[in-house]
Amino acid sequence: MKMQIKNGRLSPYTKNSIISYGLVIGAFVIVSILNSMGMVSSSLQGQLVPICCYIVMAVSLNLVVGISGELSLGHAGFMSAGAYTGIVVSGILETSGLPIYGRLAVAIICGAIVAGVLGFLIGIPVLRLRGDYLAIVTLAFGEIIKNIMNIVYAGKDSHGFHLKTNPDLGLEEGGRMLLNGPMGATQVQRISTFAAGFVLVLITLFVVQNIMNSKQGRAIMACRDNRIAAESIGLNVMKYKLMAFTVSAALAGMGGALFGLNYSTLLPVKFNFNTSVLILVFVVLGGLGNIWGSIIAATILTILPEALRQFADYRMLAYAIVLILVMIFTYSPKIKNFTQGFIDKNFKRKKPTAQTEGGGQV
Amino acid sequence: MSTKLNRDDVIQNTVYDVYENYDESKSTVDEIILPERDKDKDPILDIRGLGIDFGGLTAVDEFTIAIGRTEIAGIIGPNGAGKTTIFNLLTKVYQPTRGTFLFDGVDTSGMTTTQISKMGIARTFQNIRLFDKLTVEENVKAAMHNEVSYGLASGIFHGPKYRKQEKAAHERALELLSIFDMQDMADYQASSLPYGAQRRLEIVRALATNPKVLLLDEPAAGMNPSETAELMNNIRKIRDTFGIAILLIEHDMSLVMNVCEGIAVLNFGRIIAKGTPEEIQNNPAVIEAYLGKKKEAK
Repeated sequence: MKMQIKNGRLSPYTKNSIISYGLVIGAFVIVSILNSMGMVSSSLQGQLVPICCYIVMAVSLNLVVGISGELSLGHAGFMSAGAYTGIVVSGILETSGLPIYGRLAVAIICGAIVAGVLGFLIGIPVLRLRGDYLAIVTLAFGEIIKNIMNIVYAGKDSHGFHLKTNPDLGLEEGGRMLLNGPMGATQVQRISTFAAGFVLVLITLFVVQNIMNSKQGRAIMACRDNRIAAESIGLNVMKYKLMAFTVSAALAGMGGALFGLNYSTLLPVKFNFNTSVLILVFVVLGGLGNIWGSIIAATILTILPEALRQFADYRMLAYAIVLILVMIFTYSPKIKNFTQGFIDKNFKRKKPTAQTEGGGQV
Repeated sequence: MSTKLNRDDVIQNTVYDVYENYDESKSTVDEIILPERDKDKDPILDIRGLGIDFGGLTAVDEFTIAIGRTEIAGIIGPNGAGKTTIFNLLTKVYQPTRGTFLFDGVDTSGMTTTQISKMGIARTFQNIRLFDKLTVEENVKAAMHNEVSYGLASGIFHGPKYRKQEKAAHERALELLSIFDMQDMADYQASSLPYGAQRRLEIVRALATNPKVLLLDEPAAGMNPSETAELMNNIRKIRDTFGIAILLIEHDMSLVMNVCEGIAVLNFGRIIAKGTPEEIQNNPAVIEAYLGKKKEAK
C-alpha cells in the first residue's frame, strides 16, 4: 500500500488503513502465540474461524451500507450462496488429490464468483430503488436465496455431479450427498483454518480500503453524499452502486465459503434474516464507513454470546444490555465529551509539566 | 386563475415578442445576444423553443436563445419565473416537453444527464450540493473521472497506472483550486468549509469536468458586496483562462449588469426581453415585471 503523506501528516484513509491492518495482524500474532502456549480456551478456539468470517462479512457490508450508503438486509443470502458453493466445490474436489489448502482456496474463489455474479444480477433490479424500499427488497432476496437452498439437492458419484430440486438423485453405490435440501450440507470435511481466515480478512481489508482510496471509491461516496450533484458531474450512479454491491457480495461469498467449510453440518436456516441483521449490527455499532470499527464490533459481538454463558438463561438479556451500553458509549455526545475531557486531562497536562521540569533543570 | 390573467397581461405588453415570429425551420442564431467576437462562429448552445409542463402547469415555454462560445450570458427574472427549471432542462434533469437545444451543433434530444456532462455542460446549484463527507480535493477529483481512466482492478491493486493517474489528478485538482486560492483547504472536509468557500468549491468542481459551458445558479447568493465583486472578477477570469461560455442565473443586478454580455429576462416561464445590459435596463416590459405597472403612465 502506498503511503500518502500530506503536509507532514498521514491522509485519513492511510491512517485508518494502518489501524485496520495493525489490529488484524496484531490480533493474529497474539492469538497464535497464546495458542502455541496452550492458553486459548477450547470455546474461543472454536470461534476463531467464525470471527474471521464475521469480520469479512461486516467489512464487506460496510462497503454497501457505510460507503455506498444503501441499506442492505440480505447480506446473509450472499454468505449462504458462498457457503454452499464452497461446500459443493470442496466436496467434488475431495477425491481429486488436491492439497487441503489448494482445495480451500479453490472453494473460496468459487464461492466469491458465484456470490459476486448473484450480487450483480440481483443488484440490477434492486439498486433502482432507494432507502427503505431497497432495504425491504434486499431482505426479500436474502430470503429467496435461503429458500432456494432449502430445495436444492446435490450429490456426486462415479458418474459425476448431480443437482436436482428433489431428493431422488439416483446416486449409485458409493455416491455421496453434498446438499440435502432443508437438512443442508452434511458430513462436510472441515478444512477451514484460522490462518486461512486471517488471510481472507487481510484480502477483504485490502480490497475495501484500496477501493475507498481510488477513483471508484470517490465516485461511490460521491453518489452517496449527493446523488443529483454526482449525476451533474457525469457519474453513472447506477454503475457505481452496482460496483459496490457486487464487490461486497463477492467478498461475502468468500467469507461464506470459509464459514461453510468450518462446520460438518450446515443448515440453510443458519442464513436467515437474523444473521443479516446481526451483520448489520456489527456495521452500525462499529460506525458506518469505519472499517476498523467493523472489525472490533464483529469480534466482540461474536465472542460475547459465548462469554456470557455463565448468565445461563439471561444470556440474551445480558447481550442486549451490552449492545445498548456500547451504543450509548459510542454515540452519546455527553459521554463522548466526558471521555474526550478525560483524555485531555490525562494527556495534555503531562506536556506542560514535562516542559517546566525541563526548564527547571536548565 | 389569477396567475394566468397576470401572465397574459404581461405578454400583451412585451416589446420584444420573440416567439410570435418564431419559425422552427429557420436557424435561430440570435444576433441580438451574441457578442461581436463570437458572431462568425456557431453558437455553443442553440436553444430552440424549449418548454416543459408539470401536469397542467407550463413552467417554461418557447425558450429560445443562442449563446456564443466565449460569452457570459445571464438569465434574470422574478422568483418562480422558471430560471432554475431552464438549467434543469439544459442538464437533462428534466426532459423537455417541447423544443430542443443544440450543444456544439449536436441535437441533445433524449440524452441523459451523464451524457450531457460528458459532452461538456457543467453546473452549480442554487442550494449548494457538495459531497459533504469527502475532502475538498476529493470533491474536485471526483469530477475528473473521465481523465482518471483506470478500471476497478487498478483501483483495487493500486498499480502503476493508478499511481500515475492519481498523481496527475492530484496536481490538476490543486491547480484548479488555486484559481480561488483554495489549495490550502484541499484536505478539509467539504462540509466544514465556510459558505462562500463552498460556493467556490462548487464552481471548481464543475470546472474539473472540462466543460465548454458552465451554468452558474445564483453564484452570488448570500455573498456580501466585496465577495460579489471578487466573484465578478473570477467569472471573467474563468472565461478568459478556459475560453468557455458561462450562463448564469442571478438576482444581484450589479453582478449581472457588470459581467453579462447578453441577458434574457424571464417571467412566468417566457422570455419577455433579451439584449445587452443597457437594452434590458431601459426595457419597459422588464421594469414592469420587476416593479409592476405604472398607473400614471397609461
